[in-house]
Amino acid sequence: MANWLDVASILGIMAVAVALLMIGGHFDLSAGVMTGTTALTVGIVAVELQQNIWVAIAAALVLALGVGAFNGWLVTRTGLPSFIITLGTFLMLQGLNLGLTKAFTGTVQVRGLADAPGYHSAELVLASTVEVFGQPFRIAVLWWLLVTALAAWVLLRTRFGNWVFATGGDEVASRNVGVPARRTTIVLFMTTATAAWLVGSITAVRLTSVQANTGTGQELIYIVAAVIGGCLLTGGYGSAVGAALGALIFGMTQQGIVYLNWDADWFYFFLGAMLLLAVLTNRLVRRYAEAAPR
Amino acid sequence: MSAAAGRPAAPGDTPLLELRDIGKDFGSVIALDGISTSVRAGQVTCVLGDNGAGKSTLIKVLSGVHRPTRGQLFLDGAPVDFDAPREALDAGIATVYQDLAMIPLMSIWRNFFLGSEPTTGWGPFRRFDRATAKDVTRRELAAMGIDIRDPDQPVGTLSGGERQSVAIARAVHFGARVLILDEPTSALGVKQAAVVLRYIAQARDQGLGVVFITHNPHHAHPVGDRFLLLNRGRSMGDFAKAEVTREQLTDMMAGGDELSRLAEELGRPGAP
Repeated sequence: MANWLDVASILGIMAVAVALLMIGGHFDLSAGVMTGTTALTVGIVAVELQQNIWVAIAAALVLALGVGAFNGWLVTRTGLPSFIITLGTFLMLQGLNLGLTKAFTGTVQVRGLADAPGYHSAELVLASTVEVFGQPFRIAVLWWLLVTALAAWVLLRTRFGNWVFATGGDEVASRNVGVPARRTTIVLFMTTATAAWLVGSITAVRLTSVQANTGTGQELIYIVAAVIGGCLLTGGYGSAVGAALGALIFGMTQQGIVYLNWDADWFYFFLGAMLLLAVLTNRLVRRYAEAAPR
Repeated sequence: MSAAAGRPAAPGDTPLLELRDIGKDFGSVIALDGISTSVRAGQVTCVLGDNGAGKSTLIKVLSGVHRPTRGQLFLDGAPVDFDAPREALDAGIATVYQDLAMIPLMSIWRNFFLGSEPTTGWGPFRRFDRATAKDVTRRELAAMGIDIRDPDQPVGTLSGGERQSVAIARAVHFGARVLILDEPTSALGVKQAAVVLRYIAQARDQGLGVVFITHNPHHAHPVGDRFLLLNRGRSMGDFAKAEVTREQLTDMMAGGDELSRLAEELGRPGAP
């Protein structure tokens, strides 16, 4: 149980943030590689530049917020689909990850985080294991619950949450009634970047070494989890708790296939089938809401 | 033909909004010229005209999108100029556009307060005051005589007439004194249009000045107190209800002259 919860928690933190962005009407393809970029930044600053690990984590946060703001600014400024803009930042970050890691270490991975000053406190916060009812749980599960609760609260209980739904539902209409749609979009991109920073830091501290290709390819899995959790691809509808459940289903399926002694090669088949089922259900919801008599 | 123009209005008789000889040019194109009418509290001024008659331009002048090239607007008898829609809104002139600025997948109460959400709490705990929002939405809709089963239902599940009425109730709640309705009945069936007309009458009875823009004299006549007819940017007359019958309105709208000319033209194929 601890095992699939662990898979679900790392994915869930990202899926929840990606869900907020999707409700706001956008995609972030750079979210997966961002977890690698932040993890590598933590590693390079702590090991190669010999800084305290907390300094490294702070530097990674600044970088993440910068990339998120850049994504959001470019999307709102140009009006181009976020799909294509973030595909650009995705590829650029992928290149930077590899190029800079090699430039600093001469290899394709950063090693030796365990020896960095401040590692033990960072491990306690980001990568420790707690025992509940005799079961060991990674502390990432706690972060996942925290992120989900915070996202759900913001989405349903704050003005900003109302603006997220409105911006994703109809950007022009919401701007006409005074919603700061541009600001909302930029903040959402910075939110996914911040989630990627959290996941990147957890990964770096837990594994103490980071591969240059960490996170690449995960961006679509986040979107799948958000859609299984009820987010519409067209924006304007979805929930944070749903995305967290989507991540949970993903983790259970991935580990469940192993426990059932099924061939794990079939995992992606089930994943695809779940995605299709979720999309078809979402479509019914939208029809119900929009095809009302005029 | 404007009633108040040229003479001092008696106290209590000052129109909320008055237009004197309003004109608007776009480059060398004259979109509006010599438009005069008045909007009074508790009355409905109908603006009638076919497509391209200048109705949309007139709305944009009244709602502060365009500044008139000629003429003057008066608010409570004092001359005003609006440089932005926000200024018109702050002066109490609210416009309900055809697309309504509502998000179909969001609930009625979320739509009602969109962009002006009430908040409660302090600092990082400042949050959307949902209880107040739901409560006010239900109360304001009830005051308009709109019976909504559940303010939590998405706006998309409402009928076109109900959506119009929610938009009207929203404008009233946020302090509108003059309500401009852009073709609120044009996309609706007969029954739904009747519902909207009833809400227009409700808004009027609450003391608002209503500008009802339409191309349908059958919708305008029963609810209107004043009728401004537009044709190609010019006024074909500004009548009080007593001065004009529905038949005359229909006739002028259909363009009696134009229609007979058209009949002639179609009757003689090959004419230059």
